[in-house]
Amino acid sequence: MKIVQARRISQVFFFLLFIWFCIVSTVGEKLWQLRGWPVNWFLQLDPLAAIGTILTTHALYRGLLWALVTIILTIVFGRFFCSWVCPFGSLHHFVGFWGNRKKSAAQKIRLNKYRKAQCIKYFILVFFLFMAAFPSIAASLQVGLLDPIPLITRSFNLIFLPIVDRSVNFVSVSDRFYVGGWLIFAIFLIAVLLNLTIPRFYCRFICPLGALFGIINRFAIWRIGKRQNECVNCKLCEKSCEGGCEPAGKMRISECVLCFNCLDDCGENIISYQTQPSLAGEITNPDISRRGFVLSLASGIFAIPAVRLSGKLGSNWYHKVIRPPGALAEKEFLKRCIKCGQCMRVCPTNVIQPGGIDGGLENLWTPVLNNRIGSSGCQLNCVACGQVCPTSAIRPITLSEKLGTGEFAEAGPIKLGTAFFDRGRCLPWAMDKPCIVCEENCPVSPKAIYTQECFNTIRDGILTVKKVSDNTMETVENNLSLDKLATGDYYCAVEGDERRKIVANTENSIEISPDKLFGKIPTAGSKIEVQVRLQRPYVDIEKCIGCGVCEHECPVSGKKAIRVSAEGETRSADRKLLLKR
Amino acid sequence: MNEQNDKKLSRRQLLVSAGKTGISIAAAGAASYLLYDAKGPKAGVEYKEHVILKNFSVQHRPDQTMSIAKGSDRAETLNKAIKLLGGIERFVRPGETVAIKPNVAFASPPMLGATANPELVAEVVRLCYSRGKAKKVIVTDNPINDPASCFALSGIGKAASAAGAKVVLPKAKFFKHTTLAGGTLIKDWPILFEPFAKVDKVIGIAPVKNHHRAGASMTMKNWYGLLGGRRNIFHQDINTIIAELAMMVRPTLVILDGTEVMMTNGPTGGSISDLRRANTLIASTDCVAADSYGCSLLDMKVSDLPYLAKAEKAGVGTTDYESLKPILATVS
Repeated sequence: MKIVQARRISQVFFFLLFIWFCIVSTVGEKLWQLRGWPVNWFLQLDPLAAIGTILTTHALYRGLLWALVTIILTIVFGRFFCSWVCPFGSLHHFVGFWGNRKKSAAQKIRLNKYRKAQCIKYFILVFFLFMAAFPSIAASLQVGLLDPIPLITRSFNLIFLPIVDRSVNFVSVSDRFYVGGWLIFAIFLIAVLLNLTIPRFYCRFICPLGALFGIINRFAIWRIGKRQNECVNCKLCEKSCEGGCEPAGKMRISECVLCFNCLDDCGENIISYQTQPSLAGEITNPDISRRGFVLSLASGIFAIPAVRLSGKLGSNWYHKVIRPPGALAEKEFLKRCIKCGQCMRVCPTNVIQPGGIDGGLENLWTPVLNNRIGSSGCQLNCVACGQVCPTSAIRPITLSEKLGTGEFAEAGPIKLGTAFFDRGRCLPWAMDKPCIVCEENCPVSPKAIYTQECFNTIRDGILTVKKVSDNTMETVENNLSLDKLATGDYYCAVEGDERRKIVANTENSIEISPDKLFGKIPTAGSKIEVQVRLQRPYVDIEKCIGCGVCEHECPVSGKKAIRVSAEGETRSADRKLLLKR
Repeated sequence: MNEQNDKKLSRRQLLVSAGKTGISIAAAGAASYLLYDAKGPKAGVEYKEHVILKNFSVQHRPDQTMSIAKGSDRAETLNKAIKLLGGIERFVRPGETVAIKPNVAFASPPMLGATANPELVAEVVRLCYSRGKAKKVIVTDNPINDPASCFALSGIGKAASAAGAKVVLPKAKFFKHTTLAGGTLIKDWPILFEPFAKVDKVIGIAPVKNHHRAGASMTMKNWYGLLGGRRNIFHQDINTIIAELAMMVRPTLVILDGTEVMMTNGPTGGSISDLRRANTLIASTDCVAADSYGCSLLDMKVSDLPYLAKAEKAGVGTTDYESLKPILATVS
């Protein structure tokens, strides 16, 4: 078997494995569901996630140790990840190949030549790493915006899977939604379509992970090179060169993605995979200027303080940034979140959504809860999001920690925020209509939403008695609509007597329950009041955990009459609302 | 100057060109004529696919309408209660398909009693297969919380599957619009129809639970799980909607499980301190009678639940369960 054949098999294998992991990131026990599948494996293999979090937190979070395997293999074999493993790379490889397959050899050689602009990816890498490098100033892990593994993970999990699944509802019973998914899709689409202009456009010019491998590549033991300096100079080796690393001339080691196409294309068998440097000479370092380096470094250092001028981490924090249970305090959270979207994918209720920029630029695509979307707010007996988070931006909490039981009884349940009533929109508060769906669905015991009973006289509800016989009262007024008061929620109040429940009515008569006749029969000409019994809801702030089920279920569906905001969330001490605890 | 412009058009070219022009204009004109809409769209939405749930009830037996079995073991009380009504053979005929509608509303563990007991559901499934010789039993509901999580955490999914039933999760395409004859609220409203469309029998299984808005949630309230859409708006008139649901669904049999009763904090519960043991299980072909008896387990009276009287008035069943001479038994 030719080595390019082996490479293609590897690419297909890892691409399919990646898709498989996307599909099985579904909470459940079936074979195609989460069970014990290592769905984070690609993210853990990604050294940028590891190095990024090391820079911000000075620690390497468990599963990210896999990145060491990638780095060691890169030092031994070169930039193998790009052409043998990376699912995003494989996609670019295929689209670039397919889109340019009809071009002549000469055109392809021109297409795959080295370009000065390939240094941009190094500047991007430097920019992002220095953004993360100084926790004492302001460190934020933003590399996930362009890191190919989080990028393709969120693109497949949050865009393609839900769109494909819509037609069959196999993976998810109800359709899944992701706020701002169009932007994730647009970036993905642009990155893929750029292959039609230059193959592996993203890998060559943008990919910060590729840049990292490019830097490590200089230490690689094995590399592509020429066995002899002289050759016919047909340049066919550059025809399908995926990295644009000029194997015909002085080999640019940092750009070589180890696709082995040159080896296959060289008719003279001059190019080989070897331990000695190319006899035609090689350039080991990336082609970056000192000025460019300093500029990207400086912009990286200044970027986060500049972004944070908006005060979103201070008093101007955005109340709708409600983080999943177990999420770290905001500053620590931003040091770890790589925007991979795994928590959003695994969340069984679809309540975890990619954040927008109204919570600050850094908030983009980080997980926030949107109780208007999904099947039921943050489910009480669920801790799936923290279990899949590859960087522990959301800690893997236990159910007892979330619910505040057992050893966590003293700490109490984890609060995501607090629910607030909008009394101007709430049916019992603003419109005298019975409802309390929020109370019914509050999952806390005792409920965090409680009610107080009150009886309000309805509009035009003061009536004049004409005649009373047994349980029926005729009125002078003629303005009631048939059985409108028969719902079991309306009462007839007579002065000096108990309220009687109305069981039926006509335009000008009211019937009360025959079990309980009037204690004091109202005299003709006296006034009675028709009242509605209301249970008006209140939030007990000490009990509310901010799960958002109330907001999700509230029948006032446009702008909900009860809404959760992040006030009082457990994770940040400075957003406390209650005096105690 | 372009050379071609000097050339004269041949007759042939002229005819071809004129033909193409004519056909294009004719096609555009025909399309416009065929698609022309002088009136514009109508207001509102019309639901073409209207459905009506079948009547799944079996023949009435005056002396075998309701049975009450006392005991702490649900499998035993269930078997006893059904036997007293004439056995499952009365309700399920060989080769029939049965849909079981348990209350699976919340994603909460079985010990909290917010959902139908999984062992009880499994036992009903087993009875349908073993004695009833049913061809197929499905278990379905449209829960409040995430459906897959509800079936998983309540234990009903696993128990029902283990007993051989097919668990049907409520996909969007299973919902069809219905209108209840004589109803005021259920008009053009989507219900979970597909799982019930091809079955022969329907069995409802509900626990006895406190419900702050409705007073109590039992076998009638259990049919709320068939409603789709923004069903929460019906809480404005909870008694009417429950009565209308009881009019809409004519089940073969309902099972009201009062082995453990949720006395407080319903319908979600959340703590075992919300539960009280009543060791009672009711089987009935009359859900109004079953619930009328059930409310006593919550220390309530029939008049505390206006939906019972409403359903009775609509002819669904009787609140005077004593008149049905319920068959009592104690399983020790």
